[in-house]
Amino acid sequence: MSPRHIAAAARQKELDVVGICDHNSAENAAAVAEAAGRLGIRALPGLEVTSKEEVHILALFDELEAALSLQEQIYASLPGENNEEIFGLQVVASADDEVLGTSGRFLAGATLLSLADVIDAVHDLRGLAVASHVDREGFGIIGQLGFIPDNLPLDALEVSRRLTITEGRSAFGQSRPLITGSDAHSQDEVGLATTSFRLEAATVREIGLALRGLGERRVLS
Amino acid sequence: MNLKDLAKRLALDVFQSRGDFEVAVTGGYTGDLLSDVMGNAKEHSVWITCQTHENIVAVARLKNLAGIILVNGRKPEDSTLGKARDEGVIILGTPESAFAISGALAGLVGKK
Repeated sequence: MSPRHIAAAARQKELDVVGICDHNSAENAAAVAEAAGRLGIRALPGLEVTSKEEVHILALFDELEAALSLQEQIYASLPGENNEEIFGLQVVASADDEVLGTSGRFLAGATLLSLADVIDAVHDLRGLAVASHVDREGFGIIGQLGFIPDNLPLDALEVSRRLTITEGRSAFGQSRPLITGSDAHSQDEVGLATTSFRLEAATVREIGLALRGLGERRVLS
Repeated sequence: MNLKDLAKRLALDVFQSRGDFEVAVTGGYTGDLLSDVMGNAKEHSVWITCQTHENIVAVARLKNLAGIILVNGRKPEDSTLGKARDEGVIILGTPESAFAISGALAGLVGKK
């Protein structure tokens, strides 16, 4: 998976917007945004944060600076170093698929920040905080914590592509907006599950408004 | 053995003692996936975990567990302590690993 390959796969699947959420890192967000932008696709900068409870939270932003600011907070509380034999090389790429360097941090690990701290940090940076793959036991909020705390200000829940969005809504979507995504870890997985929104612009701010059903904005399917 | 004696024997730290400290402990359960603990822990067991999120209080109440032991020197979050006080869920702690404290607990409550 590389910036140009992600962009090409997104175009092939006729996606308008993709979210780039590496584990605990946003170091490739700028490169993918540039590569996707050349093909007329918007790549939103983000991270998939692993909280102290080992719950995965998607953080999505409009501004790269906001994603990098969250990354800075994550890096300050992310113990350990990567073992390349087990977890592979963590490449930082350019928009032209050149390798600029590698990250030695333990990006597969958990931060020392609690779930509530992570969500607050995302909201302080005007991003959206979405609980990832809530239908999966490992790293899903329900598997890890038994149930979703009422007072947690999550913007939405995501179900994995094992469920349709309709199945997801009936299983998990009673109290919070529900979306789905491919959680693509390789380019052939890009676009295997998608969510359609009616928005006024392809921005995180607009997606946030659609999650709350404001005006004509909607989560469609 | 009741929970108070057990805490003394295992030299546990006491983070929150409001609740039934005299309850007779009948077993233990070790796990960090709360969904699994909700499914499998038995009443009046002591639960050994590294999770400190406030949801542990609700799970302990739901399953009517005797108490919670936090391992590896972890401390409960303030919100967890507050909930535990309100709900009467006793929270203990140890610098030991889950493996070590589970073994020690099994030696105390595992035999007839």
